[in-house]
Amino acid sequence: MIQIRGLIKRYGEFEALKGIDLDVAPGEFLVVLGPSGAGKSTLLRCINRLAEPTQGDIRIDGELLKPDSASLRKLRCEVAMIFQHYNVVPRLSVLKNVLTGRLGAMPGLASWLQVFPRKDIAIARECLRRVELEEKAELRTDTLSGGQKQRVGIARALAQQPKIILADEPVASLDPKTSRTVLNYLKQASRDLGITVVCNLHQIDYAREFGERIVGVSAGRVVFEGGPDALSDEVLHRIYPGLDEGEGRISPAPDAAGHGALQTYALEEA
Amino acid sequence: MNIGSYSLLVARPSGQFGWWPRFALGVLAVAALWWAAQGAQVSFGELGKGLPWIGDFLSRMFPPNWAFLDKLWVPAIETVQIAIWGTLLAVIMAVPVCFFAARNLTPNMAVFHFTRQVFNVTRGINEIILALIFVAAVGLGPFPGVLALAVHGAGMLGKFFSESIEEIDQGPIEALRATGAGPVQIIVFGVIPQVITAWIAVVLYRFETNLRQATVLGMVGAGGIGFELVGSMKLFQYQDTATCILVIIVMVMAADYVSTRLRAWIQKGTR
Repeated sequence: MIQIRGLIKRYGEFEALKGIDLDVAPGEFLVVLGPSGAGKSTLLRCINRLAEPTQGDIRIDGELLKPDSASLRKLRCEVAMIFQHYNVVPRLSVLKNVLTGRLGAMPGLASWLQVFPRKDIAIARECLRRVELEEKAELRTDTLSGGQKQRVGIARALAQQPKIILADEPVASLDPKTSRTVLNYLKQASRDLGITVVCNLHQIDYAREFGERIVGVSAGRVVFEGGPDALSDEVLHRIYPGLDEGEGRISPAPDAAGHGALQTYALEEA
Repeated sequence: MNIGSYSLLVARPSGQFGWWPRFALGVLAVAALWWAAQGAQVSFGELGKGLPWIGDFLSRMFPPNWAFLDKLWVPAIETVQIAIWGTLLAVIMAVPVCFFAARNLTPNMAVFHFTRQVFNVTRGINEIILALIFVAAVGLGPFPGVLALAVHGAGMLGKFFSESIEEIDQGPIEALRATGAGPVQIIVFGVIPQVITAWIAVVLYRFETNLRQATVLGMVGAGGIGFELVGSMKLFQYQDTATCILVIIVMVMAADYVSTRLRAWIQKGTR
């Protein structure tokens, strides 16, 4: 589905991605695990071209992106994105926020005048039903809680009827219970609809729980690839270098595997 | 330093010259003020000598000629009409252009600087001067007044509109871009909902300012109540002048009150 070869991204002097090779199979729920600043976001943004790769190839369904704006919009219609800070428009209704996922597939002029095809409205309502927010459709989005806003974000992504969903730290701003709910909605919907998901996470326990396959990224390189069971202590230290030393900020070194996850969580929050 | 039972608590300036640089700056400032007073012929003596004349002038304005009110209704309403269309045309001119003058939406920096400069120029020319130009171009009457307010107001509004666009949350814009939405769709669904209350508040404030300006546009022949004001003074009908001034004050206060209340109401609605 996605094939990445030798992907390099530089921001001025800083090299965020140092040659990434990655394959994502159709229908797979892939978790990209790594600490903040490892380049996970940049990786996703290169896939839908919110960031322009400096070097390397990204193929979707075996095809490279052609350098015209029509192709770019087509790519973005097929590849939806979910954001850490939800990025919903606060003053629009929930339904309209979900409808914005249909914008790329809609006639432009009608949408400017707030006229939407009925089929698109039906799709939006169907997507809201999937995240169980259909009764909130007419409310203003800024009246919702964080978890509900992210469910609107998921519904907006689903409304695009995409081949691929890129989820960039979708639960980093949510509490643990809400995080599980939100990730469940995402996983369930993508499994039902056969959508390929690439989900960035920094919490090891969620990665184990939700990832069908996990890719560990550290300092702009892929340092691990495998199933959730293969996520050993040794691997975690490769993904989170300095977990033992704690870089002087965390005093006791984690020794048991069970503590490792918690410790990393603390490292992230610091 | 001690002065009797008081202490002066001012730290000695750092640097090897102590108080001398400050003293020199003070002398320089006084010299500059003196120079400006010479040029502007600021003279409290003259003001004192003129006081009786000012008193005489005010006494001639009293009592205001209330009968003159009958002749003021039409120009007063015309003033409001000028302000309405001056504001509306300014909005119509500013809205399509302001997106190019916002750093976060502009296609490139050359376009950004160009539109910002256009706003600066139209904003930089005073309404009265614009009115003089438009009177010469399209003739006497309220319409050149409308055009003057529209051109100056477009520069003002364009600047405010684009600055409020620069303050919005970029997240939703990025999300819309990622859905494959086109530029106009991004503006309609991502930008406008975020700026609309700020824009309405600015437009109301602009209407208030335009009404104040419209009361003086008549002085250069661009319609409205100012025309009556200048006319009555030229005919030495100072009691009529007083009535004009009172009507203007009431109009401006009413506009101020209404727009302040409306703006407060809108801002409350955003919470």
